[in-house]
Amino acid sequence: MSTLTRFSAIPYTGPAPTNRNPYVPADVATIDARGAEIAARAGVALEQETGLDLPAFIVAKEAIVPTLRALRDHTEFQFDLPLDLFGVDYPGREQRFDVVYQLYSVKNNERIRLKVRVGETESVPTSVDVYRAFDWFEREVFDMYGVRFEGHPNLRRILTHEMFQGHALRKDYDPAQRWLLSEQGVAKLKPKIDPRFEVEHSDFERVTLNLGPSHPAMHGTLRCAVTLEGETIVGADQEIGYLHRCFEKMSETHTYQQVIPFTDRLNYCSAVINNVGYCMTVEKLLGVAAPERAQHVRLMLSEFYRIADHIVCIGTNLVDLGALTNFWYLFQPREEIIALAESCSGARLLPTYLRIGGLAVDVPADFLSNSQRIVNMLPKYIDEVEALVMKNRIFRDRTEGVGAITKEDALNFGFTGPCLRAAGVPFDVRKASPYLGYETYDWDVPYAEGGDTYARFLVRFEEMRQSIRILQQAIDRGLPSGPVIVDNPYVALPPKEKVYNEMESLIYHFKLIMHGIQPPVGEAYFQVEGGNGEVGFYIVSDGTKNPYRVRVRPPCFPIFEAYGHMIMGQTIPDAIATLGSLNIIAGELDH
Amino acid sequence: MNPWMTYLIWPLIKFSIAFIAVQALVAAMNWIERRLLGFFQARLGPNRVGPWGLGQIIADPIKFLLKEDFVPARAEKVAYYLGPILPLLPSFIVFCLIPFGPPPTFAVTNNINVGLLLIFALTSTAVYGIILGGWASNNKFSLMGGLRSAAQMVSYEVPLGLSIVGVLMLTQSLELEEIVRYQEMNSWNVFPQLVACFIFIVAMNAENNRTPFDLPEAESELVAGFHTEYSAMKFAFYMLGEYSLMIVNSCLAVTLFFGGWSLGMGGIGFTTEVMQKMGWVGGLIGTGIFVTKMMLFLFMYIWFRATFPRFRFDQLMDLGWKFLIPLALANIFVTGIVLLAFPSRLYGDTVIAVGEIMLTVIGMIVIALTLVLLFKPKRPKVINASRVSEA
Repeated sequence: MSTLTRFSAIPYTGPAPTNRNPYVPADVATIDARGAEIAARAGVALEQETGLDLPAFIVAKEAIVPTLRALRDHTEFQFDLPLDLFGVDYPGREQRFDVVYQLYSVKNNERIRLKVRVGETESVPTSVDVYRAFDWFEREVFDMYGVRFEGHPNLRRILTHEMFQGHALRKDYDPAQRWLLSEQGVAKLKPKIDPRFEVEHSDFERVTLNLGPSHPAMHGTLRCAVTLEGETIVGADQEIGYLHRCFEKMSETHTYQQVIPFTDRLNYCSAVINNVGYCMTVEKLLGVAAPERAQHVRLMLSEFYRIADHIVCIGTNLVDLGALTNFWYLFQPREEIIALAESCSGARLLPTYLRIGGLAVDVPADFLSNSQRIVNMLPKYIDEVEALVMKNRIFRDRTEGVGAITKEDALNFGFTGPCLRAAGVPFDVRKASPYLGYETYDWDVPYAEGGDTYARFLVRFEEMRQSIRILQQAIDRGLPSGPVIVDNPYVALPPKEKVYNEMESLIYHFKLIMHGIQPPVGEAYFQVEGGNGEVGFYIVSDGTKNPYRVRVRPPCFPIFEAYGHMIMGQTIPDAIATLGSLNIIAGELDH
Repeated sequence: MNPWMTYLIWPLIKFSIAFIAVQALVAAMNWIERRLLGFFQARLGPNRVGPWGLGQIIADPIKFLLKEDFVPARAEKVAYYLGPILPLLPSFIVFCLIPFGPPPTFAVTNNINVGLLLIFALTSTAVYGIILGGWASNNKFSLMGGLRSAAQMVSYEVPLGLSIVGVLMLTQSLELEEIVRYQEMNSWNVFPQLVACFIFIVAMNAENNRTPFDLPEAESELVAGFHTEYSAMKFAFYMLGEYSLMIVNSCLAVTLFFGGWSLGMGGIGFTTEVMQKMGWVGGLIGTGIFVTKMMLFLFMYIWFRATFPRFRFDQLMDLGWKFLIPLALANIFVTGIVLLAFPSRLYGDTVIAVGEIMLTVIGMIVIALTLVLLFKPKRPKVINASRVSEA
């Protein structure tokens, strides 16, 4: 372990804009009123923080566990879905870290944010007992900020290497450092035996087997060490971070516009949806909205990429189950979808087509006719693959009851998206808090009972049909006329002709290229429905051209956390079938 | 004729021809399989080397020969080297026993009267190579693949063996030529022994570790199963063994159930007598017919692979022990009773095999019931569509 090279980044030292007011959401009065209501009736002491985009409260660190428990078990509020837990570093403050909890109530369809302030030497009591999802989230905060969680059962680094020095997301961590880390001294992963399978004496020897990180079924670079008795899994422990690319830290050293390509690479199967989530969060901070035409294209591409995401998930899952044909067969419509994105932006898998405030360029003239062609061809492929597998007895035997999770567990583990809907909770961000005009379309949220692999297949097949429904309506409405990016020189680059011919535009162009977009000071969270769950972005702006903090809520993260729980007592083929149906995308999982 | 000629030179020549033909067919099978899978999966398959990618047949072996021959450091050397060779030997010997065309020319050895038994004895040794290879590699995945294959191949040997008992009861012979002769004089065994044929096809798929029974390799679960640690020509030997056994089993299915080299039933049609009258041309035509039927079976293997998902191990065992073996036993029982109770009768001038017709009908009913049973949905479709209340 040694430092290879050490050079420092050149920070931007230009003047900070002074003519900016703090960010205030449009409906701040209602939010604050609701916050006051929750604070009054929650039954625990909550100190309200007003003026934010969600009802937000500051909680003392000693009180966080009872507060979370009270909010979860409250008959009226029922914040049963733990969305996110992350840290923010404010080095100037006496208690420099904010540990932020975001919760969602399925019953009331509302979100809240809790903040715990801690100093560098302080620790927070662990909330794993309240929300099991927070196990990994707390490890991530520990890894990135060095905040310790008292009583945590397994407080180890999660995204970075075990031998890594320092805490990468702290503001005083120099991102230009390079480390060469070896495996020497790293403890071997030893899966904890599930209590159900603990025996005092057995005639059979148990084997620990590493599934991954390089294993055909561990898409990308996942790793799960399992302890086997025969072929039954009696202990499992997942290890992640093999694809960690410090998305969040990188964002802090790039301008808002430059972050967009990084978001592409989170869930690379449905890149456009991540773009939409990020761009809309920044737009929320800026207080601008993309023009109608841009919104329409964003919605259509989101739905197309959702279908592409489900196609990849279903196809690869079936490959894992040994049914090879469907994978290639389904890739034909996916190829068409990607070609459509290519015709828009020039890039295929990761189009980076969106810009803050709209789109990079206008769509080609044949966009709608091409979309119609794809929408016409999709049902045939979906129907044929569904007919081939869903009634197949082998397939049913392989998937029914396999990798099942109950509704309560799914919520407690922080599931969102198709995996949560397969467990019987019809929560979809597009319905719950519509964006891009989803509320104006006629479509349904499919959900299934059982929470097993078969149910996840059912939900994904039906969701593709619903996406086709949305797309057909979107095509029928036609593209609204008008520009594809906002007419705001502080957000969008002026057109090239203007730059060449007008002094003003040239200056704006120069300013935007050199100094970037500078949103008002404040914080905002915005969520979209990704291919495998809620993709949320939490951005803190300090008024400069670089985001102060970008936090992405990766839907895979809590889902993969529950994986070990889901495969316990089952066999290796079941574990493989389950993994595929969860649609874990390592790019997103590892940030 | 000189006895040396009869018993050594001539069989050697025949064996060489069969050996080379099998090698060529195995190499070609690789290409055929990949092209066919491409066709099933709406893609092209290998089409770059030579016309229609035919050069792939030669390019693949060359590649295997040139690759690094890797041996794991802590492998059990002797067993590791022995592993790939063992499955190969029986399949080559078995080829000498199969009558490809009408007698007297077209089998390597002349008519062994326990031919069928010998074939089963030989092919069942193929599993040793897989177990040895899996164990010797010193890899957990390989070991699991080897163990799975041991259990699987031993289990499916039973229904495979039981399924042919019905055929033997009909034909009253273990001689393969005699079995073919019987079929062309009466009817192809697939009709009175429909259930046995079904069991045989399922079990032979399982015997060969082909999808949906490819659990010993199960590339998505066990990386590559028993041959995870094998590379270059050793890996190619495993493939060679697998494909040779596929061909052997296809040959057996054709011989036992689909009339072998002949294209006739009830003594009418393109039978052995007709071929023998045509001399060696007839023999060649007979061989052609045999190979065509065999290719249809090989096609079926690939078709299965492109269609079905893989079983889970316990489900595979259930299918073998709880379904196929009882079914095979029942088949033997029913065949015996029907043949005893309804012997062939003379109606006017024609002989009508009442028993065999009854068996055909019973077989069809059983297969229909099985299919209904297999595809009966266990659980109702549970998908709902609803709106989330907008709070």
